[in-house]
Amino acid sequence: MMTITLNHYLIVAAILLSLGILGVLFRRNALIVFMSIELMLNAGNLVLVAFSRHFGEMDGQVLAFFIIALAAAEVSIGLAIIVSLFRQKGSIDINSVSLMKG
Amino acid sequence: MGDPIFFYVFATLVIAAATGVVFFSNPLSSAMSLVVSLAGLAGLFVLLEAHFLAAIQILVYAGAVMVLFIFVIMMFNLRHSYRHLKVSFASLLGLVVALNISILLVMRLIQPQVVGNAVGADFGTVNGVGKLLLTKYLVPFEIISVLLTVAAVGAIVLAQREKESS
Repeated sequence: MMTITLNHYLIVAAILLSLGILGVLFRRNALIVFMSIELMLNAGNLVLVAFSRHFGEMDGQVLAFFIIALAAAEVSIGLAIIVSLFRQKGSIDINSVSLMKG
Repeated sequence: MGDPIFFYVFATLVIAAATGVVFFSNPLSSAMSLVVSLAGLAGLFVLLEAHFLAAIQILVYAGAVMVLFIFVIMMFNLRHSYRHLKVSFASLLGLVVALNISILLVMRLIQPQVVGNAVGADFGTVNGVGKLLLTKYLVPFEIISVLLTVAAVGAIVLAQREKESS
């Protein structure tokens, strides 16, 4: 049986990050864009925890903990912005928010 | 670093659910898919012996963040934007960019690598992480709590209904 190394986890994280980037660039729904940002943050988390396990130090896990707290703050602010956007525009399509286009 | 069977099960779960997040047309399905993906990620954390972090992942993401997401989705009347998976030039460009990035990253990572070091008994437990959190990382820990307070206040201010102007 083949053993699982650091690279396996990094590949999973890379695919997860790419899917997040794809979601941000591909979808026009602000909520889905937000969820994709969560995916990217979690890919970063997975890399931190994998390296933390690889080197036998727990510092990476502490940083991942901070990222989770940061993501919670980001979600609360971002959803508040989406709510107020929906009140103003009546939709959450990010193409409808082009007021500052030059 | 983890049992191969469990690794492949959780990795498949995470990636399949993440694909679902991006490609489901209904935001609610996307949110449910994101819950599955985050739970699978918690499984990967357990395989990496980050038990405390896995518990926090389930509590904070599945418990708090996703409830907030679903609450907001339910608040909107999004019936008109369900079939919204339309493809434009910009999104095709995004597809190409994301594919390129993923191929680059995976090709770079595919070389063989040594198996990780052995770890002590309190690695990744509440005891170990908590000690580190309250000694070496005490100042960032306090700053993050201030940040959370600011975020809570800011969210209330932003989502508040405007009084009578406009």
